[in-house]
Amino acid sequence: MFGKVVNWIDDRIPMTDTWNKHAGQYPAPKNFNFWYYFGILATIVFVNQILTGIWLTMNYNPSGDGAFASIEYIMRDVEFGWLLRYMHSTGASAFFVVVYLHMFRGLMYGSYQKPRELLWIFGCLIFLALMAEAFMGYLLPWGQMSFWGAQVIISLFGAIPIIGDDLTLWIRGDYVISGATLNRFFALHVIAVPLVLVVLVFLHIVALHHVGSNNPDGIEIKENKDENGWPKDGIPFHPYYTVHDTVAVVVMLILCSIVIFFMPEGGGYFLEAPNFEAANPLKTPDHIAPVWYFTPFYAILRAIPDKLGGVIMMGLAIAMLFLVPWLDRGKVKSIRYRSVWHKLNLTQFVICFIILGVLGTLAPTPGRTLLSQITTLGYFGYFGLLWLYSKNETTKPLPKRVTM
Amino acid sequence: MSNAPVDSGRRRFLTAATCVVGGVGAVGAAVPFIKSWNPSAKAKAAGAPVEVDISKIEPGQLIRVEWRGKPVWIVSRTESVLNELEQHDGSLRDPASEQEQQPSYAQNKYRSIKSELFVAVGICTHLGCSPTYLPDSFGEQVEGVSSGFFCPCHGSKFDMAGRVFQSVPAPLNLVIPPHYYVDNTTIIIGVDKGAA
Repeated sequence: MFGKVVNWIDDRIPMTDTWNKHAGQYPAPKNFNFWYYFGILATIVFVNQILTGIWLTMNYNPSGDGAFASIEYIMRDVEFGWLLRYMHSTGASAFFVVVYLHMFRGLMYGSYQKPRELLWIFGCLIFLALMAEAFMGYLLPWGQMSFWGAQVIISLFGAIPIIGDDLTLWIRGDYVISGATLNRFFALHVIAVPLVLVVLVFLHIVALHHVGSNNPDGIEIKENKDENGWPKDGIPFHPYYTVHDTVAVVVMLILCSIVIFFMPEGGGYFLEAPNFEAANPLKTPDHIAPVWYFTPFYAILRAIPDKLGGVIMMGLAIAMLFLVPWLDRGKVKSIRYRSVWHKLNLTQFVICFIILGVLGTLAPTPGRTLLSQITTLGYFGYFGLLWLYSKNETTKPLPKRVTM
Repeated sequence: MSNAPVDSGRRRFLTAATCVVGGVGAVGAAVPFIKSWNPSAKAKAAGAPVEVDISKIEPGQLIRVEWRGKPVWIVSRTESVLNELEQHDGSLRDPASEQEQQPSYAQNKYRSIKSELFVAVGICTHLGCSPTYLPDSFGEQVEGVSSGFFCPCHGSKFDMAGRVFQSVPAPLNLVIPPHYYVDNTTIIIGVDKGAA
């Protein structure tokens, strides 16, 4: 009976074929390690954001007069409203945690190198869309940090010569951030950007399954197949990795639950204290800091003592990521077989990124500004140095088969 | 159906012409979507001038009023503050207010109509935060200058005439809005004298 139904469907749409291509008979390298969990975890968080987001819109009021009160209404009066809201706000931070780790994995094992350039670029576009989504979402509670954070970020466009002022006016739809801005950000946050994200995630997975997954050894498992054309180092994604990844999903859900139930504000890093005060256009909070996941880029913006220069450097900090597949001129993908220079360079990059992230949460002082300038140099230095040494890098010999 | 051979030149021309006409249509169709993001008629109408009563301002005090949704400051400057303004020209980006950040009647050394009263838009010219007024503790930011404005967002610094210090992110002095005195205790903010 069940088989008949499947056959009936398969005659009409390629259901079984699609399942086999992407899960049942998708050959995944057998040597995936800890770092290969974060793609699936990002997908889980994405589903959480969509689901809790839809439920939040049922009680949220996207207007300058009603937004702040409607969040309090969700928190106090709607049954389980507090849980849905905290799942959404914690989910936003969790999204960036897993995405940053996922991107670091890509840098570490050279997952952007040929033939995975487009896969990497789709990933960078997802990161960009995610930042837009998070930024617009943060305006919606209409608290002090929502308002002044948006004021700062929209003013960034004002640094563009000639058209800057008109552009900021057009984005805001008013002379200052107002209900008009809130309303359009709501539309973009709940419809436009999520649609873009869905399409990009789809393309990211199509590209991945077309070229095949990279692995910690950075060698192509497709180059070593058995007589049936199956890669000798590959195992079917389902059931091997579906079961394997379930463990990671459970661990992540436990960690997220700890945050949601015991520290929903994440110590002021996931939801900032001034945001529990309604937006006041006449008074900037004493200390403005973006949510933690933007702070490295914010610190770069602040490090440059010039308005346009700071904006350009912040934009370049993200643009550099798109160029990585071409900046790295090496042929060896995985850090395991690359030179000590590459290991040192990636280490200093991570350290600079973390220091920038910490500095971005703190108020500026002359000493901290100097430190942020040094670490900004380190951040950009990664890309420049990578380009320089990767051409004639001394690498170790690659294994024929993956190592476990 | 005619059996004439395919005229590929004609086919290419027709394809190109169709694309161009279609493209113009697509651009035209984008106009309402883009234009709808401009400030609405209601938002434009809300920018009327405001009247401020300054009879109760104390020396050193800052009054905040809202004009076009932005904070406008009125600061009462004491004699010592005014004297201090002349002593740090060397560390300012635009000490003589040459950039057009003020109406011509405020382009003077105090950037105001009356030297003791300073009127400015309290929005940092960097990224739009509202700087904090530090009447006594500004010396921690700039040595030897006792009062000024410090922007908490990115550390920009302005003196008591809203002039920006060097080596901070803000590029320009604070904006002085159009304003005039109706009498000794009333200011109109938002229009020049005689314009209304």
